[in-house]
Amino acid sequence: MPPNSRFDDPDKLVDTDRGFVSREIFVDPDLYKEELEKVFTRAWLFIGHESLIPKPGDFYTTRMGEESVILCRDKQGIVHAFLNSCRHRGMKVCRYESGNTSLFTCPYHSWTYTTDGKLQGVPHFRTLYEGLDREANSLVSVAKLAIYKGTIWATWDKDAPDFITYLGDAKIHLDQALDCRDGRSGGSEVVGVHKWIFPANWKFAAENFLGDTYHNPSHRSVDLIGIGPSAAAGKKGRRDDELEKAQHVWISFPEGHGVHSAIQPEENEYIESFLDNPVLEQYFRHCFEERKRRLGEQARLLPFVGTIFPNTSYHGRQPRGLCAWHPHSPTSTEGWRFFLVDADAPQEAKDYLRRYYMRYSGPAGMTEQDDMENWLYATAASMGTVARRYPFNYQQSLGAWTKDHALGGTVSLQITEEIARGYYARWKSYLRGAAWDELLGVGGNLPQRAAE
Amino acid sequence: MAAVLETNAPSPTGSAELPRNDAYYRLRADIEEFLYAEAELLDERRFRDWLNLLTDDISYFMPIRRNVKFGQHGERENTRTGIGISWFDEDKWTLTKRVDQILTGVHFAEEPLSRVCHMVSNVQIKKVLPSLGDPREIETRCCFMIYQNRVEYETYMFVGKRTDVLRMTDDGWKIARREIILDQNVLLAKNLSVFF
Repeated sequence: MPPNSRFDDPDKLVDTDRGFVSREIFVDPDLYKEELEKVFTRAWLFIGHESLIPKPGDFYTTRMGEESVILCRDKQGIVHAFLNSCRHRGMKVCRYESGNTSLFTCPYHSWTYTTDGKLQGVPHFRTLYEGLDREANSLVSVAKLAIYKGTIWATWDKDAPDFITYLGDAKIHLDQALDCRDGRSGGSEVVGVHKWIFPANWKFAAENFLGDTYHNPSHRSVDLIGIGPSAAAGKKGRRDDELEKAQHVWISFPEGHGVHSAIQPEENEYIESFLDNPVLEQYFRHCFEERKRRLGEQARLLPFVGTIFPNTSYHGRQPRGLCAWHPHSPTSTEGWRFFLVDADAPQEAKDYLRRYYMRYSGPAGMTEQDDMENWLYATAASMGTVARRYPFNYQQSLGAWTKDHALGGTVSLQITEEIARGYYARWKSYLRGAAWDELLGVGGNLPQRAAE
Repeated sequence: MAAVLETNAPSPTGSAELPRNDAYYRLRADIEEFLYAEAELLDERRFRDWLNLLTDDISYFMPIRRNVKFGQHGERENTRTGIGISWFDEDKWTLTKRVDQILTGVHFAEEPLSRVCHMVSNVQIKKVLPSLGDPREIETRCCFMIYQNRVEYETYMFVGKRTDVLRMTDDGWKIARREIILDQNVLLAKNLSVFF
C-alpha cells in the first residue's frame, strides 16, 4: 500500500475468518491501481491459444491487465509475447487483431521489429543513432511464457514459479476443460472469440466462475424456456443432465484458484445429453465410453466451472471455453471468451456446439446476459459513500469444508463461498506484495496431493 | 429462387440493374413502410407479432468485425455465417426462444424492459425476383440506428447496416434473411438483448 493510502491495512478490506469483503475493492480507483501493479504484473495470465497462431509469422493481439500485448510465433516457430508499444515513442506497433507478418512496423517513426520482438530497422540509423543498442530497445517481452495443452499463459514477474507449480492442484480440473472429450490429452482449438465491454469490476466475473453456484436463480428465465442441447426435444433447463447423479465439489486452492467440479457415481454411466441431434448423441456417447476406457476411475471427475487466479475462468463442459476478464477501470471490464472444441471433432459436432455456445454465452447469450446485468448493478450500487461502509457478506457455508480430501485444497460438498474467501485471502497477499511462497500457500496452507 | 440471392460478394454501389420507373419507386415505398412497421413492432414490444414477420427458414446473422490489414477486408473483416463464432447466427427456433425468454418476465437483462427506438434509413432495393412488375423476393439494404435505454442511466447506441431478403407470402412480406453489420469491433455494450 502507498504510505498515504486510505487502505493501509488489507485486513480491514478482506476478513475471511468472519466472512466480510469491503465494497471498496470493487470500486475504488486507488485499490484498482494497486491491483494492476501488484496482481497483474505478477500472476500468470491467460493470453491465447496455439490454434490462433499455427504458422511462423502468425500473430494475435492480446492483453495483459490494461495493456495490449502481441502474441507471435517467430520465423523459427517459437512463441513470444511482448508489449505492443514502440520503444521510441510508445505507438502501438500492431493494430490488427491477427494476421501473418515478417515485421511489425511502427506507424509513427517506422522503427521495425522482427517476429521475435527484436528491434531491426531504425530510419537514418547511421546518421542519427550511432551506437544504438538494438538488443536493449527490443519490444518489452514478458518474463515467462508457458504453453499448456494449447493454451498460452504469461507473467511479467521473472521470479514467478513455473506455470504448472502456479496451477497447483487446480491442474486436473483445468485439464478436463482442455483435454479431448474422449480423454486424450489436449487437442482443443479455438472456434471464435467474443470481446465486449461491461461496466462492472473485473472480480465480479472472476468470482462468478469460481463456483458461485448460488446465483442460479438469476438464470431462471432460460431454465424455464429451455435452451440446452435437448431443449427442442422438450427438456427444460439451460444445459444438459450430465451431472444429475454426480457429487458436486467446490474446491478452494491455496494459490487463489477455485473450481466447481463433479464426481460421477461409481456406476459411471452415460447420461443422454443431446436428444436434439442423434449424430451428436452418438458422438458424445462414444466420447464418454472412450474416456472411461482411457481414464478408468479418474473419468468420474468432470469439470463444471473454475477461475485460475486472478482473471482466467473456464467452462469445462458446455459451453466449453476460457474467459479472460481484462480490467479497464475499477468499474469497467473487457471480457474475452475463447470458445473451444476438439480440433478433430466431426464437423457436425463442431457446428452444433458453436451454435449452442452462441445462444448461451456472452453478451448475446441468453444465459449470460443476466450475469452482466447483475455485475453492472452490483458494481453501481456499491459506489455510494454510505454503501461503501457496509461490506459484502461472504459467510455462506462458513467452516463447512475439509482439507482431508483426495482432490487436495479445501473441499466443500455443499454450495459455498469458501472458494471466494480463499480467492480474496490470496488477493490480499498480492496486495501486501507477499513473496511467492505465500502466494502459493506454501507453509501452513500446504495443499494435499491428489491420491489418484 | 433464394439461391440466386445467396451471395457473400458485395453488390456494386447503387442498383444499376433496376430501372428507376414507377414500379421501382412504388416497391421501394412499400418496402420502407414494411421496415418502419417492423421497427415499430419491436419498439412497442410486440415481440410475438414481430416473430410472425420472419419466415420459418429465416437466417439471422450478425458477424463479429475484426481489425484487419488493408486489402484483407473482403476476406477477413467479418466472421462468416455457418462458421465459427459470431454475435448471432440464428434460426427461427433460437429467435423464438429469445422472445419466450423476455416474456417470462424474469429475464433480468430485459426486466424491467428497455426503452428501445429503431431508426431505419438509406433504404435501397438491390435485387428483385422475378421482376419489378411481379416482386416475389427482394434484397434490400438500409442503415439502422438503435437507441436502448435501460432502467435509469444505462444507454447504448447500435449503428450499422442491414441487408434483408424479403419474401412475399400470402400474409404479405416476410423476412427470410437478415445480415446485421454492426459498426463496432469490441462490442461497446454489456449485452445484445435487443433485436436488430
